[in-house]
Amino acid sequence: MEMPAPDQFTLSRKAEIVARLRAALPADVVIDDPAETRAYECDALSAYRCPPLAVVLPYSTEEVATALKICNEMNVPVVPRGAGTSLAGGALPTADSVIIGVARMNEVLECDYKNRVIRVQTGRTNLSVTGAVEEDDFFYAPDPSSQLACAIAGNIAMNSGGAHCLKYGVTSNNLMGVKLVTMQGDILDIGGSHLDADGLDLLGVICGSEGQLGIVTEATLRILHKPEGALPVLMGFESNEVAGACVSDIIRAGVLPVAIEFMDRPCIRATEAFAGAGYPDCEALLIVEVEGSDLEIEEQLDKILDIAKTHNPVELRRASDAAEAGRIWLGRKSAFGAMGQINDYMCLDGTIPVSQLPYVLRRISELSAEFGLDVGNVFHAGDGNMHPLILYNANKEGDLEKCEAFGAEILKLCVEVGGCLTGEHGVGIEKRDLMSVQFSALDLEAQMQIKDVFDPKWLLNAAKVFPLDATQSRRDGCPK
Amino acid sequence: MSQAFKFKDEQDLASFVQERVDPVFITGGQTRGVDLKHDRVDMTGLSGVVDYEPGALTMVAKTGTTLHQIEEVLKAEGQQLAFEPTILNTALGTSGASTIGGVFATNASGPRRIQAGAARDFLLGVRYVDGHGNVIRNGGRVMKNVTGYDIVKLMAGSWGTLGLLSEVSFKVLPMPAAQATLVISGINADVAVDVMTASLNTAFDVNSVAYDIAAKCAYVRFEGFEQSVKYRTKSLMDTLAVDREIAVLENDDSAAAWSNIRMLSAISNQGGDLWKISVRPTDGPQIVQKLGLASGIMDWSGGLIWAKLDAGKTVRDILGDIPGHAINLSAKTGLKFSNTNPALTHLQSAIREKFDPKGIFNPGLMG
Ligand SMILES: Cc1cc2nc3c(=O)[nH]c(=O)nc-3n(C[C@H](O)[C@H](O)[C@@H](O)COP(=O)(O)OP(=O)(O)OC[C@H]3O[C@@H](n4cnc5c(N)ncnc54)[C@H](O)[C@@H]3O)c2cc1C
Ligand SMILES: Cc1cc2nc3c(=O)[nH]c(=O)nc-3n(C[C@H](O)[C@H](O)[C@H](O)COP(=O)(O)OP(=O)(O)OC[C@H]3O[C@@H](n4cnc5c(N)ncnc54)[C@H](O)[C@@H]3O)c2cc1C
Repeated sequence: MEMPAPDQFTLSRKAEIVARLRAALPADVVIDDPAETRAYECDALSAYRCPPLAVVLPYSTEEVATALKICNEMNVPVVPRGAGTSLAGGALPTADSVIIGVARMNEVLECDYKNRVIRVQTGRTNLSVTGAVEEDDFFYAPDPSSQLACAIAGNIAMNSGGAHCLKYGVTSNNLMGVKLVTMQGDILDIGGSHLDADGLDLLGVICGSEGQLGIVTEATLRILHKPEGALPVLMGFESNEVAGACVSDIIRAGVLPVAIEFMDRPCIRATEAFAGAGYPDCEALLIVEVEGSDLEIEEQLDKILDIAKTHNPVELRRASDAAEAGRIWLGRKSAFGAMGQINDYMCLDGTIPVSQLPYVLRRISELSAEFGLDVGNVFHAGDGNMHPLILYNANKEGDLEKCEAFGAEILKLCVEVGGCLTGEHGVGIEKRDLMSVQFSALDLEAQMQIKDVFDPKWLLNAAKVFPLDATQSRRDGCPK
Repeated sequence: MSQAFKFKDEQDLASFVQERVDPVFITGGQTRGVDLKHDRVDMTGLSGVVDYEPGALTMVAKTGTTLHQIEEVLKAEGQQLAFEPTILNTALGTSGASTIGGVFATNASGPRRIQAGAARDFLLGVRYVDGHGNVIRNGGRVMKNVTGYDIVKLMAGSWGTLGLLSEVSFKVLPMPAAQATLVISGINADVAVDVMTASLNTAFDVNSVAYDIAAKCAYVRFEGFEQSVKYRTKSLMDTLAVDREIAVLENDDSAAAWSNIRMLSAISNQGGDLWKISVRPTDGPQIVQKLGLASGIMDWSGGLIWAKLDAGKTVRDILGDIPGHAINLSAKTGLKFSNTNPALTHLQSAIREKFDPKGIFNPGLMG
């Protein structure tokens, strides 16, 4: 993955840029000591690193606006940052860029149970939003696996999802309003606690725009009352086809589980060795979770198990209490860690129509043999969001490149069968150059025109999302 | 003489737009009663379900397909559009049958929106012809997709001001096996909002709450499997403990009550303009009081007020500082949103200019 060469003129003005930021902001907000800026050289796609020119960590929306205004005037590229857990390189800086991070802005501003909304500063972590309302039996639904660390800021920028999105939707479906600071330093309130947008749905396009349209400093989020309870079942099958058919039958039967998770044999074996959750050694495993009162859970699980039995399962395990539920989830939750024990891995995130599941899994294992790299599959089966984990050795010459080439083949396959490159992690730099597999030049142009409106100079996170050659004239057009 | 242009093929539609220099109004089922003195593009020529995968809960259809046709195809598989688009024919006094394109172009969402989400939340992908006459794709037909900018959301509720939607793909959901509705009678708007709020803020998965202003009745709906609906209905009755009469409507009776709400039967025969006011649910009663409404529907727990007002009257001044907005759906042209922030209007116009540089789509609509 290439990044554009840093602009020499901007690099040469570092002292001047930092001095202007310092003059306008509190002393501890601007960081330019290379020993400290190094901490911001990458996100969770750690194969790619580059320390920024400087880092700004404001305490308020007004300070964000001040910093952006200065960068805009001086034509300095800006990279917004939340908690830096992006798997797509979304928060990767360039040497000529200023990182503006919202980590210090993590207050709850308003908790409005009557309208079922919470307003927070976006540096707050995903899990601590639920933490703020949990005592009153409410929760914030989108639950990325990284929820302990990732910030609402990044969730909005990436339109993040999680295991429970099958029922509750992704970030975009739970976001009601934002405070957005534009590259010009204007502060805009978009949406709010009322349900419908007035005019065009700007909120809809800001969510998932990967930090390219503005910096989001506050968010109004939908909160929900907790269900009475939830329990999973675990089912093992002799083939991926059969597991895939079972998923489809469950959905057709009118049961709407909160989560349907899928693991294949390589992944089951790795997690067993790592966590010892007692999973059966079979080709494919499903974990299906339903919610409600005891009676409702029973009604739904009965239906699901009846369906599963028609597919000759090798194992059916129904949790009857929280401890058993915990054991069923243990393996799934340790899957990434388990694969990481074996080797370095790259986590892909393409989505496919559910009906294509068996075909895609078969093709992935064929590709795995061709490339000579192992792959394990663990994913959200209900909505077709795959997570193939490709194992490689970062210390072995050429292995990363081979892994990336393998990954690209899998993503092309996802698009070919009617799916897409990324279901929840975002494009970032990782899938940027594959965008033209999914979109025509005109499709991309339509998207880039929206950035033209918000950020005419293309200073905000400009080397992401779109293929570099497609954005070159726009990025070069910016006067330095 | 005004003309209506109709195309069977997306490419012909694109060629038409490439050549076109004068404004056109886009019509679907014309349930909105477009001013017939303008030239129009009639989208009903592009019709038919392109792909339907019940096991994946997704459907792809051309935009001129009628809502009725889509709902019939879904019904055969025991599925439905969970956002329950409103049917406003009678309330607006129009004939015509809504098209799926019109539904998404207006982001038309009914009672279940408070829990299940709006039309925009179910729209997964679009194909449209932009103002240059280019065919553009965005989104796809899978449920989870964050590849590139979400123009899908931007198109939902854009009233045809950004392009001609030619194909949409969307998420569908199973039809519930059973339903029941609690009817709480003899309460004022403020008590009703309290009751509706209390109902939503439980573990009992209430999926719609609405209040009929004239009848002074609040409706609270549950859907799902039979045992579960029974359990939740009873549990909520025990929890609410209002000293009012509570009736329970089951299955067909429940469905009939919500069909009336969906069609705004309570006010459809009244004269005047149909207004749709969107506010924070707890601000609902204040609006009812300020407008002095004797009838109307307060849906979404108070967050959406449907009312008929004398022609010429505007809601703009009455809203004052209350966050939200209002639109007059009876206005044939010049449909505008009130309470819009000028900075946002500026961004919106700039986007519109990029998508439709010739300014030919639905001029005057949306401000
Ligand atoms: C002004 C107005 C506001 C409404 N708001 C709501 C609402 O908030 N909630 C609700 O539930 N119902 C709403 N409705 C009702 C809505 O008209 C119907 O629910 C919907 O089904 C319209 O479908 P139709 O095919 O009759 O569209 P029409 O009445 O023919 O058109 C409605 C609008 O959509 C545009 N349009 C139609 N087809 C396309 C297309 N293929 N591509 C691009 N643009 C297209 C038209 O230009 C027009 O602006 C509203 C109706 C009107 C007239
Ligand atoms: C172990 C692990 C598991 C994960 N599991 C999931 C999962 O289940 N589901 C999922 O969806 N993701 C998952 N992720 C990916 C990641 O956690 C999400 O993308 C997350 O939303 C990133 O949030 P962040 O605050 O860390 O953002 P960052 O990494 O800091 O930034 C991400 C993007 O957001 C932009 N951005 C940050 N702050 C702002 C702001 N204030 N305004 C505008 N733009 C901003 C950045 O420029 C960048 O493009 C996982 C990551 C890891 C490491």
